[in-house]
Amino acid sequence: MTDILMPALSPTMEEGTLAKWLVKAGDTVSAGDVIAEIETDKATMEVEAVDDGVVEAILVAAGSEGVKVNTPIARLAGGVEAKASPAPAVPAPAQAPTEAKAVAQTTATTLKPAPSRETGERVFASPLARRIAAQKGLDLSAIQGSGPHGRIIERDVKDAKPGTKSTIGTMPVAEARGESRPVQFLQQMGIAEGSYDLIPLDGMRKTVARRMTDSFRDVPHFPLTIELEIDRLLEARGRINQMLEKDGVKVSVNDIILKACAVALKRVPEANASYSPEGIALHHHADIAMAVAVDGGLITPIIRKCETKGLAEIAQETKDLAERARTRKLKPEEFQGGTFSVSNLGMFGIKTFASIINEPQGAILSVGAGAKQPVVRGDQLAIATVMSVTMTCDHRVVDGATGARWLAAFKALIEEPLAMIV
Amino acid sequence: MDFDLIIIGAGPGGYVAAIRASQLGLKTAIVEREALGGVCLNWGCIPTKALLKSGEVYEQLHHLADYGLAADKPRFDFAKVVERSRKVAGQLNSGVGFLMRKHKIEVIEGTARLEKGTPAPKVIIAQKRGGERILQAKHVIVATGARARTLPQIGLVPDGDRVWSYREAMVPKAAPKSLIVIGSGAIGIEFASFYRALGAEVMVVEALPRILPVEDEEVSTAARKAFERRGLKFRIGATVKALTTSKTGVAVQIETGGSTETLQAERAIVAVGIVGNVEDLGLEALGVKIEKTHVVTGPHGATGVPGLYAIGDVAGPPWLAHKASHEGVHCVEHIAGQPAKTLNAPIPGCTYANPQIASVGLTEAAAKAAGRKVKIGRFAFRANGKAIAAGETEGFVKTLFDAETGALVGAHMIGAEVTEMIQGFALAMTLEATEAELHATVFAHPTLSEAMHESALDAYGLVLHA
Repeated sequence: MTDILMPALSPTMEEGTLAKWLVKAGDTVSAGDVIAEIETDKATMEVEAVDDGVVEAILVAAGSEGVKVNTPIARLAGGVEAKASPAPAVPAPAQAPTEAKAVAQTTATTLKPAPSRETGERVFASPLARRIAAQKGLDLSAIQGSGPHGRIIERDVKDAKPGTKSTIGTMPVAEARGESRPVQFLQQMGIAEGSYDLIPLDGMRKTVARRMTDSFRDVPHFPLTIELEIDRLLEARGRINQMLEKDGVKVSVNDIILKACAVALKRVPEANASYSPEGIALHHHADIAMAVAVDGGLITPIIRKCETKGLAEIAQETKDLAERARTRKLKPEEFQGGTFSVSNLGMFGIKTFASIINEPQGAILSVGAGAKQPVVRGDQLAIATVMSVTMTCDHRVVDGATGARWLAAFKALIEEPLAMIV
Repeated sequence: MDFDLIIIGAGPGGYVAAIRASQLGLKTAIVEREALGGVCLNWGCIPTKALLKSGEVYEQLHHLADYGLAADKPRFDFAKVVERSRKVAGQLNSGVGFLMRKHKIEVIEGTARLEKGTPAPKVIIAQKRGGERILQAKHVIVATGARARTLPQIGLVPDGDRVWSYREAMVPKAAPKSLIVIGSGAIGIEFASFYRALGAEVMVVEALPRILPVEDEEVSTAARKAFERRGLKFRIGATVKALTTSKTGVAVQIETGGSTETLQAERAIVAVGIVGNVEDLGLEALGVKIEKTHVVTGPHGATGVPGLYAIGDVAGPPWLAHKASHEGVHCVEHIAGQPAKTLNAPIPGCTYANPQIASVGLTEAAAKAAGRKVKIGRFAFRANGKAIAAGETEGFVKTLFDAETGALVGAHMIGAEVTEMIQGFALAMTLEATEAELHATVFAHPTLSEAMHESALDAYGLVLHA
């Protein structure tokens, strides 16, 4: 008998949503068969069977949220031993516990939340409770036991429904850390109960909330804004697209910006850096992450070694990544990591904005809308297409002068695209 | 405030509650009008077990040849049998006294009644040694127990001579030559079994269609056959119309399925149930709800009157000492602010006849009435090695499992030592074991308990020795 465990599809993954089962109890599966889809931080992933066997029981029902990594999700008869998740589970960041505890305690005094179980912690449940949970597809780790020493007993699972946490269930990690305020807080702040709809937090929303809060709070960030004239860029783009028409490839302004970022990062390598307590990592390649808005959040697929890629290749890659991002079909390695991000809200007419740094990257570039406007050349007024970009820098790695040098390099590339091939 | 807690009644509910209260740091007093240990220890569970042991040993003497043994004609000295029983009760009674002193619980001998008070009712005690004490505590637990039910309109009232309750039946001057036991619950059956073992002609009258009516029907049937083999006689489905006494004996007129019959015997034992000791406590005046002679209680024994709780027999069936103790501890822990324990452990029940009967959980009929589909396992002791070696092959173990979840929902046993074995099933049920755990448990060989394992296996078609 083999327990199929909730896989850690990425090093940062703590929990995920079991989106869909592609098998049911009694089905025969072979190693490599896709058996389930898991909605993780930012993508929907397929889970493959690692053994041949017969699905004995589905332990976690489809649609269950917050399924902790390494929780048994199904049981396979005919296997040999418990299979670990494909990717090794990574323990929670070391600095989290002390801080999390302090915050959680503050919360506890006002709310008395049930103690949440840590990933992998043994769940104490009676044999009968385990069996009923298995039969109903309940996740025992999400259930608060009412038996001696918090043991889960029959009555805790008898009336529970799959996919819903027990009424006194564990708090999501982000909440336990005090990062999102509980609903009660809304009422305390004068938002009447019933005056709003409550949309449950999905994996992506929780990740966005946690990562952005961590970054905004922990990273000393500052913005640098510069204006660029993009008429030559637009002209170059027109010619490039004429050349590429026969291949059916269309290069966007954003593709050229990505390429320019990559080249600028090679020219000012100090800006292609990440802070760590052990030292500053200067990245060998410019892995540029681009923010893509998707239903329910955003995701940042990465163009790896962007400095080595031609515009046609970048254009094809961004198109494919964006499409798959919207259908949540990206693989973790396609959106995790990255050394620099670009967020473009120009298409919405936003002139300037300052994005929040996507840790552990040293900077993020926020691209505004290009528009024709009067410019002064010498003592003459002229018309130019001007675009604002704002670089948010992590001051621990990218100081003001470094940021300014990078922006100057970037500006030179945008205003004279030919310079990119020099 | 005189005490944190006053407990009225020092039976197995009250005195155990007092010990727990003392352990939890509550200043505790216990009021007892008769003897520490209550009916259980002085007039019930314990002294009857002493009597039954004498009966059992005596009965065995008649079967010595089965074991290759011989002895001169066995005799008994009834006075000494009773004396031993009283000694046992006395020893345990003083043991409770010791426990009260050890835990610094003030024992007040007297009869208590309650009056309105805050935060709990006042306790007014008419002391045995004279005088009245009026005490105020933060909490009061009524643990006054129960007594034998009487039905005066048909003559079912103990007269201390010809008609006995359990109490007189425990200390007669001589063993009766013939006896009519009215009621076939645990108490009636135990006395019937004891006096039959000593050679009395015993007739048991039961109004319901089977003896030991709370037990599983299969057990009832097997028990009746086992008792009949020992010479006990039964009138089942028989209503007592009248009991009359004369100088020489009793006459009990019964009606069975339309025909009447008059049974004659030297003595009669009335064992037709239990009524709660709810009178003269002032409960009604306080607004305590009483139904069918029992105090109506909520969680933790709460009566609805602030500070007043009731536990044990006075709070309703099952009328079992271990249930009273359990409730007492639970109630006191609640009073002391301990985290609520709401685990509803099943309560086993035992009848110490020969053979013994023990059960826990639902009977087959109750499980089916509750709409549960069950898998049923049975294993007879005649296929058990230890039982054969011991010459105790009577009886069987029956187990009921929920067909869907595998939960053990009931276990019913009849045979030698089953009152000791039932704890295994009680533990399994409390831990919410399924058939898988019972199958996986290694039972020592050779033991009677192996029949428990085999029964659990049988429910799933896996029985080995049948």
